[in-house]
Amino acid sequence: MNLAWKDIRRQGLRFVFTGLGLGLLFAIVLAMGGIYRGMVADATMLVDSVGADLWVVQRDTRGPFAERSTVPRNLEDRLRVVEGVASAETFTYATIQRGDVARPVRIGLVGLSWPSNRGQGIPLASGRALGQAHREMIVDRTLGLDVGARLPLGDDVYEVVGVTTGFVSSGGDALAFVTDRDADAILGWMAPESRRLAGGARADVLPSAIVVKLLPGVPPEEVKARLSDWSDVTVWTGDEQRHLLLRGVIDKARKQIGLFRTLLSVVSAIIVALILYNMTVAKSHEIALLKLLGGRTRVIVGMILQQALLLGAIGYAMAVAIGSVAFEHFPRRVVVTPVELGGLAVLVVAICVVASVAGIVRALRVPPTLVLAS
Amino acid sequence: MHHAVIRAESLRKVYGEGDTEVVALRDVSISTERGEVAALLGPSGSGKSTLLTALGLLNLPERGRIWLAGRPVVADGVALTDLAAVRRSMIGFVFQKANLIPFLTARENVLLALQLNDRVGRSAGARAQELLGYLGVGGRADHYPEQLSGGQQQRVAIARALANRPPLILADEPTAALDSHRGRDVMELFKRIAHEQGAAVVVVTHDHRTLDVFDTIHEMEDGVLTRAAAPPPAHAPPRTADPNPEASP
Repeated sequence: MNLAWKDIRRQGLRFVFTGLGLGLLFAIVLAMGGIYRGMVADATMLVDSVGADLWVVQRDTRGPFAERSTVPRNLEDRLRVVEGVASAETFTYATIQRGDVARPVRIGLVGLSWPSNRGQGIPLASGRALGQAHREMIVDRTLGLDVGARLPLGDDVYEVVGVTTGFVSSGGDALAFVTDRDADAILGWMAPESRRLAGGARADVLPSAIVVKLLPGVPPEEVKARLSDWSDVTVWTGDEQRHLLLRGVIDKARKQIGLFRTLLSVVSAIIVALILYNMTVAKSHEIALLKLLGGRTRVIVGMILQQALLLGAIGYAMAVAIGSVAFEHFPRRVVVTPVELGGLAVLVVAICVVASVAGIVRALRVPPTLVLAS
Repeated sequence: MHHAVIRAESLRKVYGEGDTEVVALRDVSISTERGEVAALLGPSGSGKSTLLTALGLLNLPERGRIWLAGRPVVADGVALTDLAAVRRSMIGFVFQKANLIPFLTARENVLLALQLNDRVGRSAGARAQELLGYLGVGGRADHYPEQLSGGQQQRVAIARALANRPPLILADEPTAALDSHRGRDVMELFKRIAHEQGAAVVVVTHDHRTLDVFDTIHEMEDGVLTRAAAPPPAHAPPRTADPNPEASP
């Protein structure tokens, strides 16, 4: 006969609803971790998909994702002749905002080096890679456009030929891929009046970086060292660029989420402790009776601990259920991995065990003579 | 030769100190034998309940010694053994209120006492059902306390107290919440249990209408115990009816 279970059965819906409330709290803890992992995935997705061994950027800058960087067009040709280099392609990246004040649309615009790079390496959910040098684009589904949709940008209207899923920038903006020439046109577009004042000239847009891929077996550090005396560029390896993104662009958000998550965990522990304490207080008479009947301490501690763990299990199951239904509707990607789920399970067990201490201490202090007093 | 199930000598218990000091027990000595049903009478505050909790090893006196089934268990406020274990196996408690656990059925309340004493399984279930039947509430075994009348609840509480065949049963005003008819039934029941099962029963009571049921009557006043009427038990408990001979002194 399990006393914990019998008591829970008596409490019925009250216990279940308490568990559900905890589940909402645990779901937020889970979401925080998932949002962080989502930020990491978003931030590194583009860098990972480009797969560059070296990012060659403007001197003393940290690359196209961290800050503004422009490199001369001929840098591409200069790099191709460097020993160990297999390919060098221009890479243009900028965030643009269109739409109106009420519904602004932000796009992370990526210019691909046409014709060598048509976006064939981009994982498409539907459609195809770029087929011509102008007025075609690949966009992410979060932009709300499907294959065949047309989007006016600058002086031209672009047709969506491919759609990705979950391809967003570190800021969560949908990525759009066009050829480097179209990217120049979009980024260099000037309003007619501005163009008239500029004497008809259009703004000159330079690539953000040159993406270098090395011959098999060539260490990136070796080529980077070879380029160290080039006065107009700074070179980052692929790993360094990834590190810059994680430690630079999303570092503060990561810390903020981490702190918030810690705070939520503490709040959860306090709430669970209060619930268990109140449940124990409500059972003081029964606990006193158990003691009077000679019940061992482990029977009483076991009852409280089992209820705490069951409460945690209900909360955990609820959190996972909420996550599986709700997280996909979040505006930012929420990545919930088995590691994240395992971590939450361990956290919930730890919270329940720690939180039950207050209830257990209270129970151990209940005198058996309380039965006689009531 | 008579066997004392519970024997206490020179118990002294003081509450508070200085100006607020109250002596609840003044050198109280008491002994109750197998098959004996003893009443503890006295006005409120006379020390009856303090004596009962002392004999129940719940509230240890500062001075004096207590033996249970011939074994010393308390000496001058010090436990000489695991008192919870002694309570678990050797003492049955019945209170003014039934004090059943509300989330357990009648059978489960009886089973609980057995389970706490490491008696589980089919034999425990059979024992619980047997006791409930013996006390006339076998048909209510699967009912929760809230579904039972006050008298039925008290019978279940008595069944729980008897579950482990304790040699000592302590009852604190067990009929206070019952009408006179049912109160007498319960007292008669104690007498039957004492005589059939060989248990010693000590009952704190205010109910003078049932005093004829008791073998011994103790009266308390200001912490002092006097034996108001002391007819020794005229009959020894029938050996064949003792279901727990090994627990008997």
